[in-house]
Amino acid sequence: MQQVVVRFCGDSGDGMQLTGNLFSSLSAILGHEISTLPDFPAEIRAPQGTIGGVSGFQVALGSGIYTPGDKADVIVAMNAAALKVSAMSKHYHEHAILIVDTDSLTGKDLEKAQYKTNNPFTELGIPESVQIVPVALTTLTKEALKDSGLDNKSMLKSRNMFALGLICWLFYLPMDEAIHLLEDKFKKKPALIEPNTKVMVDGYNYGQNLALSVNQIRVEESGSKNHESGRYTSIAGNKATAWGLIAAAEKAGKHLFLGSYPITPATDILHELASRKDMNVMAIQAEDEIAGVCTAIGAAFAGDLACTTTSGPGLSLKSEAIGLAVMAELPLVVVDVQRGGPSTGLPTKTEQTDLLQALYGRNGECPAVVLAASSSANCFDFAYEACKIALENMTPVILLTDTYLANGTALWRIPKLAELPAIKPQSVPEELKGHFNPALRDERGVRYWAFPGMEGFEHRNIGLERDAERGTISTNPENHEKMVRARQAKIAQIANVIPDVQVQGNAKSGTLLVGWGSTEGHLHAAANELNCALAQFNYIHPLPKNTREVLSRYKRVIVCELNTGQFANYLRSQVPGIAIEQYNEIQGQPFAVERIVKYAGK
Amino acid sequence: MPASDFKSDQYVRFCPGCGDHAICMALQKAMAQIGIPTHQVAVISGIGCSSRMPHYLNTYGFNTIHGRGGAIATGVKTSHPELTVWQMSGDGDCLAIGGNHFIHEIRRNVDLNVCMLNNRIYGLTKGQYSPTSPKGFVSKSSPFGTVERPFIPAELVLGARGTFFARTLDVDMPTTVDCLVAAQQHKGCSIVECLVNCVIFNNGTHAWIADREQRAEHSIILRHGEKMLFGKDNDKGLAIEIAPQTFVPKIVVVPADDSRVLIHDATQTDPTLHRLLALMGPENELPVALGVIRNVEAETYDEAVNNQIREIRDKAKAKSFDELTATLESFER
Repeated sequence: MQQVVVRFCGDSGDGMQLTGNLFSSLSAILGHEISTLPDFPAEIRAPQGTIGGVSGFQVALGSGIYTPGDKADVIVAMNAAALKVSAMSKHYHEHAILIVDTDSLTGKDLEKAQYKTNNPFTELGIPESVQIVPVALTTLTKEALKDSGLDNKSMLKSRNMFALGLICWLFYLPMDEAIHLLEDKFKKKPALIEPNTKVMVDGYNYGQNLALSVNQIRVEESGSKNHESGRYTSIAGNKATAWGLIAAAEKAGKHLFLGSYPITPATDILHELASRKDMNVMAIQAEDEIAGVCTAIGAAFAGDLACTTTSGPGLSLKSEAIGLAVMAELPLVVVDVQRGGPSTGLPTKTEQTDLLQALYGRNGECPAVVLAASSSANCFDFAYEACKIALENMTPVILLTDTYLANGTALWRIPKLAELPAIKPQSVPEELKGHFNPALRDERGVRYWAFPGMEGFEHRNIGLERDAERGTISTNPENHEKMVRARQAKIAQIANVIPDVQVQGNAKSGTLLVGWGSTEGHLHAAANELNCALAQFNYIHPLPKNTREVLSRYKRVIVCELNTGQFANYLRSQVPGIAIEQYNEIQGQPFAVERIVKYAGK
Repeated sequence: MPASDFKSDQYVRFCPGCGDHAICMALQKAMAQIGIPTHQVAVISGIGCSSRMPHYLNTYGFNTIHGRGGAIATGVKTSHPELTVWQMSGDGDCLAIGGNHFIHEIRRNVDLNVCMLNNRIYGLTKGQYSPTSPKGFVSKSSPFGTVERPFIPAELVLGARGTFFARTLDVDMPTTVDCLVAAQQHKGCSIVECLVNCVIFNNGTHAWIADREQRAEHSIILRHGEKMLFGKDNDKGLAIEIAPQTFVPKIVVVPADDSRVLIHDATQTDPTLHRLLALMGPENELPVALGVIRNVEAETYDEAVNNQIREIRDKAKAKSFDELTATLESFER
């Protein structure tokens, strides 16, 4: 097979995220492309065994992987509730292999998952074409650990490893690599290595003995076509974002400062940067979202590469301060890992609903640069690009990612710092010493950057309107209009240095799918199936210069996004006169390729 | 350095007679006395009359948004501990909209010098009550008098485990300069409450002590290591009495030659006495305490953050991006 989709699901205490991550990393190390979709409840531990507590992890592996897949080919259900959720939500194909823990389908489990009968398979109407593989996971795990001296509760925690071993067998994944990964994962808890390894290997061997009833699946290793050669690893979007910031700071010769406040699903960026003191990163957990961005603005004022990371509700709280960075013309990177909104909304689910907030959610005429990453791996590139644009143009840059990119993992080609684009932070000509002021601009309209510690460049920066010549407070009417336009022009000129939007797929088709940000994988797969064209936007404000030209080439332009049409409306305002059709889903989930194909193919 | 080095070219736009003029001059004098070059000094402010201060000081300055000066100053100082960082704020900016940042900069002990100009009113928005306005205060937004209890800033500072608290009065230039210099010399978050008069909207709010005739009787200037004496002829002293039943300590006025007269110890880590001193005023028929009330040492946040990074970086094997990525599990393709 070229591609296969595997879904692990169980109780939120069953370690499904760990299992899924280990399996994905292993697949990536063995040369497969991967795309993952963690899908878990907002509660840390919902009541055990219930529908609300089901946690899932889906991964697609193989070659030509653009999405985690609409439906699973192989599904592991660790309990009755997970089995029910999978069946009801149609998480798998008609011909899927369904591995289920039969020990967890007894009276009490069925009751907690609200089954009406004692025959779950019939009750759920699972089609006969699905190959059910019943495994007494709990019994077998206990059996594996009977001599370990562990108590019953500790033994049961390793059930997921039995499932992982079994899945490794199913896909011919070698145990030695898996053991190596497991050792690395538990290196801080060495006592866990031995029992978990034992259970995983037993799961693998159980598969060997099962060979008569289940056929193993060989997923072809991804060919080298279309891929740059180099070192690859699997990386989650949040980690890639953090590392992009680190790389940019080193390249720019700047100290990286992060001011942040914990918020799902952005917190992992804070975690990663807080742990990277070896890279000279200063990551501060502030007292609130506002202090997160404000400490960063302080660091930017003092000459650092300053960032803040958050999600939608946090972006709302930061609005006024981002306006200050616009007004004071300081470089600032704001990462918004979007989640379902409004208000607290769906904290662990994905959505693209902060676009208009990023573009317009501030008082006054307040332009900022807006970028969007479109894969877990290119979160690295766009975090890097956000820093480059901010430092070179003295502006806040808002980078939009989302839950899907942040928690999902993908194959990442590890770059060398030397091959990344140069970053030349704005500076100040020496001849301005002694008569510097914060309104002075270069030929691009970007103000010069002087900061405390530099002798002879003392100045007062402000959130009030400043005089266009002297840089001091001004309420002059003409001056205000001039300054509003100067700030807009500064952002608009960035279009001169960003790349054109590329047309993917069949450029000659009459239909163009248009997307932005995280939907690239799904739209790419859909465009392939439809044999139509795709334009995926990473640069939102300013838009690439060829935007109108590209959109006007197609008879049918369909903007697909996970909101009610924010980008579609933005395009209507920015490139008026083009008939724009829209396809939207707002369910807290990524697109399903088949639904896009169904809509666009009509 | 002369004080004029710290004067900017901007015309000072406080109202004629406003107490902020005096604080501005005291700051220029104190900065000159401290002698740190202008380019090593950053003055951060929020919004309000007091927050205009950076414009009049020839240092690096940043007049930001309402209430957020503390968080922005924290970012400046933590990222660049070599800088001297001042924060200019008022009772509204610091204790209302910026209350959260205020208590946390104190709790963390960020090495900042914070001047809170307390005029018990919102001046720039033209006369609304503030968190320090006394209960019953009549203003445009409380036409029938406020019904809420005010903050006593010192209590908030001590509650947030503050390491430095001084109080001064706009009309007492020498004490103001002394307090500002002491604030700079103290390593940690130094809060200087400057009692200032708002000549337009709250004229005479501090008259009880500002009035020259009464000041000696109604206030006491505390000096570390010296006896707590006050009065026109320095004839009165302060002592402690413990109520026999409840053990609640109470400050009392005694003759200057009474052996019980307290000697001020600003460096005492236990804040009990500092609190009693800071709470003195007309309400309890005691003189208002001015000068440095509390001045204790503790590790600063900026220092701790930077030390931790240095220690970990010194031990780290991978110190650059390429070295970091080399540690990843990976494969060639």
